[in-house]
Amino acid sequence: MATTAPRTPVIEIENLVTHYGRRQILHGVDLTIYEGEIMIIMGGSGSGKSTLLRFLLGLGRPTSGSIRMLGKDITQASPMEMHELRKNMGVAFQGGALLSSMTVGENVQLPLREHHGHLDEKTMQIMARLKLEVVNLGGFEDLMPSQLSGGMIKRAAVARAIITDPKMMFFDEPSAGLDPVVSAELDELILRLRDAMRMTIVVVTHELQSAFKIADRITVLDKGRILMTGTVQEVKASDNDRIQSLLNRRVSTEEIHAEEYLERLTMEARTP
Amino acid sequence: MAESSRRGALLALENLGRRSVAAVEEAGYVLALFAESVFWIFAGPVYKQPVRVPAVFTQMVETGIAAAPIVFILSFAVGVMLAIQGIHTLKTFGAESQVVVGIALSETREFGALITGILVAGRSGSALAARIGTMQVNQEIDALRVMGINPVRYLVSPALLAMLVMVPTLTFFADLAGLLGGAIYCALELGLSYSAYWDRTIEVLEVDDVTQGLIKSTVFATIIALIGVTNGFAVTGGAEGVGRATTRAVVLSISYIVVADMLFTYFLNR
Repeated sequence: MATTAPRTPVIEIENLVTHYGRRQILHGVDLTIYEGEIMIIMGGSGSGKSTLLRFLLGLGRPTSGSIRMLGKDITQASPMEMHELRKNMGVAFQGGALLSSMTVGENVQLPLREHHGHLDEKTMQIMARLKLEVVNLGGFEDLMPSQLSGGMIKRAAVARAIITDPKMMFFDEPSAGLDPVVSAELDELILRLRDAMRMTIVVVTHELQSAFKIADRITVLDKGRILMTGTVQEVKASDNDRIQSLLNRRVSTEEIHAEEYLERLTMEARTP
Repeated sequence: MAESSRRGALLALENLGRRSVAAVEEAGYVLALFAESVFWIFAGPVYKQPVRVPAVFTQMVETGIAAAPIVFILSFAVGVMLAIQGIHTLKTFGAESQVVVGIALSETREFGALITGILVAGRSGSALAARIGTMQVNQEIDALRVMGINPVRYLVSPALLAMLVMVPTLTFFADLAGLLGGAIYCALELGLSYSAYWDRTIEVLEVDDVTQGLIKSTVFATIIALIGVTNGFAVTGGAEGVGRATTRAVVLSISYIVVADMLFTYFLNR
């Protein structure tokens, strides 16, 4: 569907290079995400997909490259510009990241309370209930996060993320730690957010099943580089060896360099 | 042999260098954090992101009101202890009744602030480190940042403000409790009447004596808040990391409190 619609880029990543300490994580990532599409960022552990998400969320300064969101380069943005932009970003973290000292309802209201202090109490409560209904958690607003199950926490986190009606929504491993049924419900929710609210959605995951179900396009990341970006069919049909081993759960066959291997064993290597 | 000892020395030197750099880095971080939290306290309203008053009051209740009973007990005990030691020492000169002067001055100038500082460091400094550390582990800090809620404004400024109000208040309360402890012991041991004790105390005490304790207590408050928060933010490695940070926060803040106490006492008495 995303291919037929007129495409406005919402997120444009250009030649993004990042380091963790002295280790380079991302080696020049280029990626454009268009309005109203669900982009899945896929890759094995250590592929750099979580790092990419961190930088998309503006939680770190990259070594070089740019990330433009809604036309604004977040690597150059002033704190005030970033503050404005964040109102258009919703994030559902892997563990939900609800504030454990507050009830579910207070958690959902938090962004409103901080950014739209002029709203009166009743309005905020109604808005929070509305969003909790969207994620099928109506009536749970007085519970503490510790009283909810894993899937409910993630849905409550989604409710909090969409309370300000953001244009962009980010999911970090939405299916991690959930049983297949709950995970499927969350997939449905993500699809609903795109269709009903016209959100641009970025999902970082390594769950193939859910990725294939919800993706408009998939980006496969490996060792800090993009292997390919394409539709589900294109990715499935790819003849790239790394992609195929990821799809078919094959053990990757990496060549071992005898010299490096010896250096690792004897710890004589230069510092990384 | 010589080769390996040379290597050992180099390694030790390198280690020392790394530790020094890390220490300077942390000191800079603490100062930056202090500057930022003060910035939010004053400039928050200008940027339409004020420090929330209810959060400050919640923290004040936690660090202040809830600690009052234990502060009272400890300071009372210190007052009694000062009386016992004072009488014992002064007996040599046959000047037991002068103990009142000793209790009044040492309680207000030194022990009220010190005992309160150590207690609040153990109680609230550790709680602060644990709370922020847990939030860090659960990505709650990241969540705040992506919601456009500055974690320093939201978490650090209220804690700092609350400490700055409550630690001096508790210190004053501790002064009174200590004096009461001294009074009761003196009454029992020397048969000194409460009114005589009180009159003598008021007579020898100057505003400066109490102020000295209170100035030091604001320094302690800042130390406790910043060390607790810094260690909380620095948490890595899950639950174990939170435990480490909590311990480190308590040990460091108590150490800094004692050292700062010595320095300030020196400079305030010149």
